[in-house]
Amino acid sequence: MVGIRNTWANRVSERGMLYLFLLPTFVLLLFLVIFPLIWSLYLSFCQYSANAANPPIFVGIRNFSFIFQQKEIWDRFAVTGKFVAMAVVVEFFLGFFIAMLLNREFYGKGVLTTLFILPMMFSPAVIGKFFRFMMDTNWGIINYILGKLFGIPKIAWTTSYEYALPSIVVADVWIWTPFIVLLSLAGLSSVPKYLYEAADVDRASGWFKFRYITLPYVAPILLLAVLFRTMDAFRFFDLVYVITEGGPGYSTQIIPFYIYKLAFSYWHTGQSCALAYVLLIIIIALSNIYITYLNRLRRT
Amino acid sequence: MAEIVLENVVKNFGKVRALRGVTVEVKDGEFLVLLGPTGAGKTTTLRIVSGLEEPDEGKVYIDGQLMNGVAPRDRNCAFVFQNYILYPHMTVYDNLAFPLRSKLWRVEEDEIRRRIERVARVLKIEHLLRRKPDKLSGGEQQRVALGRAMVRNPRVFLMDEPLSNLDAKLREEMRVELKSLQKNLQATFFFVTHDHVEAMTLGDRVVVLNQGSVMQVGAPEVVYSRPANLFVARFVGTPEINLIPAEVMGETLRCKTMGTTWKLSEIPFFQEVRNIPSRVFMGIRPEDILLGQGDKFGEVYLVEDLGVDKVIRVKTDHTILRVRASQEAQFAVGERVPYLFRTEKLIFFDPVTEKLLG
Ligand SMILES: Nc1ncnc2c1ncn2[C@@H]1O[C@H](COP(=O)(O)OP(=O)(O)O)[C@@H](O)[C@H]1O
Ligand SMILES: [Mg+2]
Repeated sequence: MVGIRNTWANRVSERGMLYLFLLPTFVLLLFLVIFPLIWSLYLSFCQYSANAANPPIFVGIRNFSFIFQQKEIWDRFAVTGKFVAMAVVVEFFLGFFIAMLLNREFYGKGVLTTLFILPMMFSPAVIGKFFRFMMDTNWGIINYILGKLFGIPKIAWTTSYEYALPSIVVADVWIWTPFIVLLSLAGLSSVPKYLYEAADVDRASGWFKFRYITLPYVAPILLLAVLFRTMDAFRFFDLVYVITEGGPGYSTQIIPFYIYKLAFSYWHTGQSCALAYVLLIIIIALSNIYITYLNRLRRT
Repeated sequence: MAEIVLENVVKNFGKVRALRGVTVEVKDGEFLVLLGPTGAGKTTTLRIVSGLEEPDEGKVYIDGQLMNGVAPRDRNCAFVFQNYILYPHMTVYDNLAFPLRSKLWRVEEDEIRRRIERVARVLKIEHLLRRKPDKLSGGEQQRVALGRAMVRNPRVFLMDEPLSNLDAKLREEMRVELKSLQKNLQATFFFVTHDHVEAMTLGDRVVVLNQGSVMQVGAPEVVYSRPANLFVARFVGTPEINLIPAEVMGETLRCKTMGTTWKLSEIPFFQEVRNIPSRVFMGIRPEDILLGQGDKFGEVYLVEDLGVDKVIRVKTDHTILRVRASQEAQFAVGERVPYLFRTEKLIFFDPVTEKLLG
């Protein structure tokens, strides 16, 4: 055995080496993800304020029962549901429609597709700022255009009860429709051309082809898109923060934003942790429903 | 029913010249077979008839109506594709019902069920109706594809090698079924194959296509016994026809590579045809050479037993002749055997133009 020195590296087994390489990542994960997860779970059962000197006091499920008794929190769940429903439905139909338009050969297809995808590349916070400026009641360009072209009086887009939530939906649609477009395009281009040829010869109408050839092919991927969007909408925060800051009143305080408020404005750390876990459970439940359905769809 | 006419159809795919002026007529109620090797342009021809492809030049008529620019669904052709396309998300039943459920048809569900049951019985796919296409074997899929064409009442049936994926026994059965189907329906069939046996047994007439050009049109017997050129002669028939270069010298025909001569007076062809070039290709089918008689000799080179009969290769000088012999014939490799050409069956080709003489 010439040339193999008795260094520490040679004394570590193959498997030991494996763990050694994994260790830094694992330590990072432990401190940044696993520990906070467990700690916040513990805190959700405690009365605790992160800015106070007192240690957490275990109070059982009091935080949870408090949450479910508060009407304001139910209202915020309703706002969240309304937001998710509006945003996902609009994005879904708009995105699929645009994908259908893009899914053919025409001059400038590549450029146009790229343009449609572009909004996804920007930071939502920056986009939120832009929308906030554009939607400003007094000097926003939207009111200016509406006023000049149609003579419509100024609308308080981000600061009135009726328009604040839809305004956020509009910004969200602008950012996330491209995602649906992208997935829909992937689904649409996976449909074999020869099926349409066979259907042409079989005298199928456009609707018939769409219903019986296109849809079955793209349905699973569309469902996946909706799943992603729904999950994402539940952790939606930045646009609200930038555009309305939850106002006016509580009208745009969706749950993720409210958790933030609870944690860092009111310093009810225990309650905010409890609410965060409730939200987590809802998201997991929803995704499970989707995934079960997706699997059933794939099997048939 | 209907007739199809293709007039001087040209189709190019970029640099590939798929069809170079094809003129074909499928008569009303006829079973026309388009025969040719892979890449000849057979599929392209059918796609042009169905409207899935538009010709670069030339005209397509169905029933006397000009079809150029008419959408596929307005042509009322049934198309059985080479790769038997089925709709993957539907059951066999729904696949068969598909062409009937389209808005243009509006067939009652009862009627649809009756038609599907009848077709399923003929094709022996009754037990498969509830299954999805990916649970079927290749042969079963192909029968379903055939069924989808049959449930309709199309003006013409376009069939692109519909039997190529069936095993030998089923293929034979389906050949009979197809032929009787066509007879019963009095339907116009435009049938594509690369298998000359299929062409011979099915076709009322056969069109031989090669590299985008029509080589010959005729009844199967004519294509077989009087092939228009060397390509058709070689392509049609197994074992392949014997083609031997020969020279007319005075009153004799000399085959240098065989080391033999014939008197011209022995060969009917030379009595009937004038203006024969001095060099020719002599063609004779394997079954038109008789072993065990005659005054010319060769050596048995190889014996293949095909079950029904035998193919025997006989070496005469530099030529190896393919001879079809009966099952009873007993020849040993290396044996010297006499052979006799049925001279009335000899055909001759011009070696320059490659065309049939006479
Ligand atoms: N869509 C196409 N694009 C380019 N070349 C094609 C296309 N379709 C057919 N070809 C070419 O045209 C020729 C004839 O093809 P095809 O009609 O499929 O022949 P066959 O069915 O007799 O085997 C081939 O050389 C093939 O490669
Ligand atoms: Mg083909």
